[in-house]
Amino acid sequence: MTRYLARKVVIYLVTFFVAVTIDWAIPRFMPGDPVEGLLSRMQAQPGSVEELSGYYTQAFGFDVPIWQQYLNFWAALLNGDLGRSIANYPTPVSELIMGALPYTLALLVPAVLLSFWAGNKVGALAARRKALDNTVLPASYALTATPQMWLGIVLAWLFASTWAIFPVSGAYALDIQPSWSLEFALSFLYHWILPFSALFLVAFGGWAIGMRNMIIYELEADYSNYLASLGAPTKLVRKYAYRNALLPQITGLALALGAVVAGAIVVEIVFSYPGLGTLTLKAIQNRDYFLIQGIFLFLITGVLIANFLIDIFYVVVDPRTRIGMQGS
Amino acid sequence: MPLTEPTQGGVALPAETATELAAPTAPALQPGAPAAPRARSEVLYFALRNWKFLLGSGIVLAALLAALVGPWLTDYTPLEFTGPTDQPPSSEYWFGTTSYGQDVYSQFVYGLRAAFLVGALGGGIAWILGVGIGFTAGYRGGWIDDVLNMLTNVVLVIPTLAILIIVAAYLEVQSYTTEAVIIGLTSWPWAARAVRSQTFSLKTREFVEVARLSGRSTRQIIATELAPNMSSYLLMTFILLFGGAILIGASLDFLGLGPTESISLGLMMNNAFLASALLLGSWWWFLPPGLGIIAIVGGLYVMNVGLDEVFNPKLRAT
Repeated sequence: MTRYLARKVVIYLVTFFVAVTIDWAIPRFMPGDPVEGLLSRMQAQPGSVEELSGYYTQAFGFDVPIWQQYLNFWAALLNGDLGRSIANYPTPVSELIMGALPYTLALLVPAVLLSFWAGNKVGALAARRKALDNTVLPASYALTATPQMWLGIVLAWLFASTWAIFPVSGAYALDIQPSWSLEFALSFLYHWILPFSALFLVAFGGWAIGMRNMIIYELEADYSNYLASLGAPTKLVRKYAYRNALLPQITGLALALGAVVAGAIVVEIVFSYPGLGTLTLKAIQNRDYFLIQGIFLFLITGVLIANFLIDIFYVVVDPRTRIGMQGS
Repeated sequence: MPLTEPTQGGVALPAETATELAAPTAPALQPGAPAAPRARSEVLYFALRNWKFLLGSGIVLAALLAALVGPWLTDYTPLEFTGPTDQPPSSEYWFGTTSYGQDVYSQFVYGLRAAFLVGALGGGIAWILGVGIGFTAGYRGGWIDDVLNMLTNVVLVIPTLAILIIVAAYLEVQSYTTEAVIIGLTSWPWAARAVRSQTFSLKTREFVEVARLSGRSTRQIIATELAPNMSSYLLMTFILLFGGAILIGASLDFLGLGPTESISLGLMMNNAFLASALLLGSWWWFLPPGLGIIAIVGGLYVMNVGLDEVFNPKLRAT
């Protein structure tokens, strides 16, 4: 078990190392002078160009040898210094990200967990049951092929613009401040439902399909046929099939994280939800490169941590990963 | 996993199955017809009787046809100012017009072209990388496998969109070809993983051993022994990568990181959203791009399930 987890941790550390290196290398090895490129695209006022140019050169640390730049980048990173935002100068990038993070997590975590739970349950029910299969499956295929931002736009158009049941944008009413009060919590929940639904529905479709197909494979397996031939009730056979089918789904959960994060980014933008997605769009529009790089690192770190948690969970639910590793 | 006999080569429709195309829903099994002598016609036989395959491929072909022929049916280019703004669909403007007075129909059909281009090229590059790396890692084993596996795992964990955002932010993406290449270079890992594990289970089989003893090169063994035995798997991998590339491309375009000089379905959504089309109720502007993507990607997925049932007899008898 420790070997299994140790292997994973090595992979995650290497991934983090590679990600940081990409983050460092892209502005430096892209064609052209990054500082000039950034400034020309920013269309800054004439007076501010020199100041910005000086800031960029210093911030990138171009005046030292390349290996020194790389080490400096790591040193700054480990001190939690991701540079300063250009659009909100001089707010540190890390402060902006920390402010947005809770909103993104509030959307992502429930969407991932609930869609995984509900999708697997419904997919398992639908397998080998004609009526359910013929309704759940087509709907799931349409959902999993839906771009999240489009579903968000349609939900906002129907439920916020046309029928005015839910608010169109934001994470809470404009006249209240974020605080630990019931009023804020209710307002938050009210604004949360539509973006959550957009993320939930798309992910739900994928899990339902995956589980439905997996269960059919498991029900065809020898152990299922043997159990059935012993006279075990269908319910019991399906229960065992479900447990076995769940394992590849958990692996799939780790693989799907990147897509879910991408979905959260675009859905947040649709609803002007003040999380990392909206922050990303602002950073792209303002050409706020340090902010983009900071968000990139944060997203990757988050996905790595989530992957590690899933690995631990996998060890808990699949005894083979524990016993197998002890034997060898 | 379904393992079928070699089905490589150009597919020529046998006369009897060609007539089936006209009446694809005929449910009754014709006596004599299933006794097809060759694997290929057997696959075709089941494919033409599988409603999922027919439905999925029908939708995708219809979208492809719209992408190819559609632009001929309109006098407007997608970004041109045609006159009236915010018009609902009419006989003059089939899908209405945008707030900038552009023809939505024209944007839609050109957007479909971009989607197919990004899907085919991005999915194709990812497929070549994934299959190449998967075969090499799985067949060679040893340190080559360790290195490639590490590479696969690293790229696998990094969220594709995150890396695309940072690359596209510095490298101004001017064409859909560039966009597709970037997508292709980042979305291959799961395919590599899948092909690798398939190769692992195949390479210890006798026929591969015999091929190795006969002194054939690794490349030849992969091309003539391994690949044909998992051709169905490879085909389905390509279909999934194709659909995935379209979805990623749409997200990238929606963020405004794709080419902005020409039109795509994602960019249509971006424009509609930024122009507050959903508050104005201009549904004709933002509904078509999403429905187009759902049609192509959903069609591909459904076609994929159909193919799975065609190749794998266990799944057929539902």
